[in-house]
Amino acid sequence: MTASTMMNAAQMEAIAARHPHLLKGSSSKSIRTALIFAGIALYMIYSWWFFSIGQVLVNANWGIAGTYLADWVSYEVRPDIKIATDGTMQVVYPRYSPLGPNAKPEWVRIETKRVDRTIDVPAVTQQDVPKKGSSFSFMAPNSAVGSNAEAGARTETRTEEVVSRATINFNSTTSIDVADGKVAATHNGETLLIDLDRATGVKPEGALPEWATQKRPGEKITVAFGMTGWADVDVEKISIHNRFPGWANFIFDTNSPFFNKSFGEVTNLIVSGERLDPSRSNLSLAWNNILYNSEWQHLDVWTKLLQTIVMAFVGTLFASIIAFPLCFLAARNITRNGVLNQVTKRFFDFLRSVDMLIWALFFTRAFGPGPLAGMSAIFFTDTGTLGKLYSEALENIDDKQREGVKSVGAAPLAVQRFGVLPQVLPVFASQALYFWESNTRSATIIGAVGAGGIGLKLWEAMRTNSDWENVCYMVILILIVVFIFDSVSNLLRSRLMGQKTH
Amino acid sequence: MMSGEVYRFAGDFMATSALSATLSDNGALVERHWQELNLRRRTYTFLGLALLAMALSGSLWFANATNAGKFFDRLPYFFDFVGDLVPRDGAEIGRAMFDLPSPYDDGSLKYNYPEGRMYLTDTFYVPEYFYKMLETVNIAIFSTIFGMFFGFILCFFAARNLMPNPWVRGLARRFMEILRAFPEVVIAGFFLAILSLGPIPAMIAVSIHTVGALGKLFFEVVENADMKPDEGLRAAGGNWFERVWFGIVPQVLPNFMSYFLLRLEINVRASTIIGAVGGGGIGEPLRLSISQGHEAKTLAIVILLFSTIIAVDQFSAWLRRRLVGDQAFQLAQ
Repeated sequence: MTASTMMNAAQMEAIAARHPHLLKGSSSKSIRTALIFAGIALYMIYSWWFFSIGQVLVNANWGIAGTYLADWVSYEVRPDIKIATDGTMQVVYPRYSPLGPNAKPEWVRIETKRVDRTIDVPAVTQQDVPKKGSSFSFMAPNSAVGSNAEAGARTETRTEEVVSRATINFNSTTSIDVADGKVAATHNGETLLIDLDRATGVKPEGALPEWATQKRPGEKITVAFGMTGWADVDVEKISIHNRFPGWANFIFDTNSPFFNKSFGEVTNLIVSGERLDPSRSNLSLAWNNILYNSEWQHLDVWTKLLQTIVMAFVGTLFASIIAFPLCFLAARNITRNGVLNQVTKRFFDFLRSVDMLIWALFFTRAFGPGPLAGMSAIFFTDTGTLGKLYSEALENIDDKQREGVKSVGAAPLAVQRFGVLPQVLPVFASQALYFWESNTRSATIIGAVGAGGIGLKLWEAMRTNSDWENVCYMVILILIVVFIFDSVSNLLRSRLMGQKTH
Repeated sequence: MMSGEVYRFAGDFMATSALSATLSDNGALVERHWQELNLRRRTYTFLGLALLAMALSGSLWFANATNAGKFFDRLPYFFDFVGDLVPRDGAEIGRAMFDLPSPYDDGSLKYNYPEGRMYLTDTFYVPEYFYKMLETVNIAIFSTIFGMFFGFILCFFAARNLMPNPWVRGLARRFMEILRAFPEVVIAGFFLAILSLGPIPAMIAVSIHTVGALGKLFFEVVENADMKPDEGLRAAGGNWFERVWFGIVPQVLPNFMSYFLLRLEINVRASTIIGAVGGGGIGEPLRLSISQGHEAKTLAIVILLFSTIIAVDQFSAWLRRRLVGDQAFQLAQ
């Protein structure tokens, strides 16, 4: 079989000799192709230089990119182990720790002992107050600070419970153990011993393993354990960053009475528990706590998302309502008046070419930030775009149906209604649906300049560089909405247009 | 389907004039049936419109309630932006656009036009807004070329007629869908945090979106391609790459180019908007000058942007018409 279809070289050459114009393209064409490719390559090199892309990419902080990306789907708990001059320690959690106040997580094991301590209580000057507030809050209540303001510097002896040993278990193979001015960090079977000395600084015993770095002898050592977390070991303080997968406190925040309760406990409380707040039922309290979760701000996010949807919906609807009568004026086969055609068409072009961004900025000044501005911007831009598309659709209609209706003596309006409209209405509706869907996407972006909707919230969450999990949450919501609208609009359009979608 | 509808409409129209005609039993049955159908259709239309009206009024109420300024309070200010666009005298626009010193210069940001000059040599400078506009256009062109390159590679894996393996096809399509739907502003914001201020975050954001958008349009073109050249190549023993390169690419290339140009138009707008939220280009000075009420600067930028967009649109329309004729003017995003 194959042998019969295979040709030998002589036969091939014979064919090539018979049809030279097919096998050898014209030289001008190949030169043109080469020129186009050379032009594109030159342009890319020029852009590389124009934007100094290489330099920016080299100078970029790629290390932080990994942290930001990890923040999308995980969170850190950051206890500090503070070491006093006498070697005693304290474990302190930051104020907005995801574990809430009075946290005693299992992965932090502490041994305590009671000691008599003499501490210098310095004179509290006005500017020192905010600084001291956080570090002293654990042992000295406010009253002590208040009296000190007058008393000035003095010493005091107290019996206190202090931490003598702290062990942080990141996971089964990774831990940090701190006791008696020594830190033992274990990761994947390797153990690094670090001496902490106020006089000589931080000193590792033996060589540093791969996962530990120290810039200069005596300075802090950073131990990084990949996705499970990292820690800074310094003489006075060991900062732990323990990373956990998932979103912290997504349902109830740390101030909620339902915080840290299992699903069963919460259901029990709602169904049959004592009222936590005498003025209302537990169900309404729980719902309220979810909506006003201080970190995730569910209600606010949902409101903003709805604003984005509403902006796209109302903007597109109004645009198609206004574009509908105007496109009849713009179509030269419907309105036989060249001047009117041109004026309407140029008006559409104007609305379309003044960008949505410009309209959004103008209307944000008129209405203040909010969905009205975004709505008007979409309305203005899309009146232009839809008007243009509608009038093009009108110009492409089949004239026979119009002639048919006209021939039975119908009035001009009836000609449009029965001769023209049935042909273009599905096209009009399909295009309006398409723009509704695509505007849902663009409404997100113009929101970021203040025109309402989720865009601004998204932008604010990103500006702080610490709320990437909120960004992730909003992005997921946006993706869901876009996919739903995509499929609804595709379905409706394919029903309107028969099977053809475009 | 369309012609069927026409007959129905025409029937509707005729029925009104032939109400009193006497009909046979069979005819009366048909007539009654038709009346019922008509009634049902009207009910559905009415219900649909009522639903739409309800959704619209609800949306309007919601938008008004959550807006900073209330609609009717702020309506008189609707055309305030016209006032934002009237400079002290007409020549100010030219001075703002070409960075010439203004006679009203009082040291404020409003009239400091010459400060934006970009000196290329000691005496020759590019006016600030032209430079920024060039930056925006460059962002658009670069990202469209980038998107075209990767969209081109991806589309052959997503087309049903070239990739029989449903897993690879599905993967390629989902991937492009995610690239397309992912909000550009998030990508820009993310890279802004890593790369610091400048046009590159905007470039990355627009490029990523373009890969998804062009990839989708491209694979639809490929699926509609004539498969006869491909069959010929297959019969002659061509491998997959040869079949694609010699059988499919020559016939889809004009359409690809047309979509490329269409995307370029969209990307000029997109890069302006991304620029306004911190990504370099003309968007940022525009946002600043509008919010600070610098009329001459605003008008200069608006005119510049307006004429650039029109120029790009016209150029692309002309080239597309040359490449594929009138049928190139479809929707695309």
